[in-house]
Amino acid sequence: MSDVTVTRATPQGMVTLKLPPGDVAWGPALAALGLSVPAVRRLERAGDRAALWMAPDEVLLLVPDPAAALAALAGPLAGAHHLAADVGAARVVFAVAGPRAREVLAKLCPVDLHPAAFPAGSARRTRAAQVACMLWAEAADDLRLSCFRSVEGYVADLLTLSADPAGSVGLFRA
Amino acid sequence: MLMLVCPYCGVTAEETEFAPGGEAHLSRVGPDGSDEAFEAYLFARANPKGVHLERWRHAYGCGKWFLAARCTATLEVFGTYPAQSKGPPPAVLDRIADRRGAGAAARVGRGAPDAS
Repeated sequence: MSDVTVTRATPQGMVTLKLPPGDVAWGPALAALGLSVPAVRRLERAGDRAALWMAPDEVLLLVPDPAAALAALAGPLAGAHHLAADVGAARVVFAVAGPRAREVLAKLCPVDLHPAAFPAGSARRTRAAQVACMLWAEAADDLRLSCFRSVEGYVADLLTLSADPAGSVGLFRA
Repeated sequence: MLMLVCPYCGVTAEETEFAPGGEAHLSRVGPDGSDEAFEAYLFARANPKGVHLERWRHAYGCGKWFLAARCTATLEVFGTYPAQSKGPPPAVLDRIADRRGAGAAARVGRGAPDAS
């Protein structure tokens, strides 16, 4: 009956990659993982891997095997001033899916989540109530929220409350 | 509600996503400066009622510092620009002149000949 589901995704390998903006190593580094460089506030996905734009000098890589990804990055990054680190253990990912997914997140984040303003493939960092988080849209009605593991319980409670059918306000309905 | 555009992300976000950083374009006083000049650098701030140039950080977003020109009385934002600027860019000064007169634009643009 539910028109939104909130699930904690299986542990997601994450590698953060920092390079100076516009560095020549960006393209080869991401190509080593079969990815292209994401545009500003965009998600680039290729199968089970994805690159999320975080900042002009930072991309977050979603990979199944962080150790293998770091090994693959070592060659293209040799000689470049960079930082590549496995940060997956620090974070959790929630999948918020269904026709009401955007409304559930819009109640928590100061972000315009209208499908026209945040289409599939969008990514952005923001806050959920009182904690930092990042959002991305895998599809129009399949959104993901990632936060630090230390605030997992708080965010799970927030999402549960926000997704309560009694709190439906009918935003973003076609 | 104060809305700012982060010049790095391009997002228009509300005040709670940013952290304020005080007055922009302060000139640092080094070891050769007098005690009075150093005290002024540390503590003296403009605090105008009107157009003000400020530092802000996109704390809950890309994490970058940037600069903003806004009115402290009405919260009108005249523009934001990268932190690596020595003064407000011409587009921001034009906007200030358009909205508040050439005097206001000249006041905040003064001492910033390199506005590139």
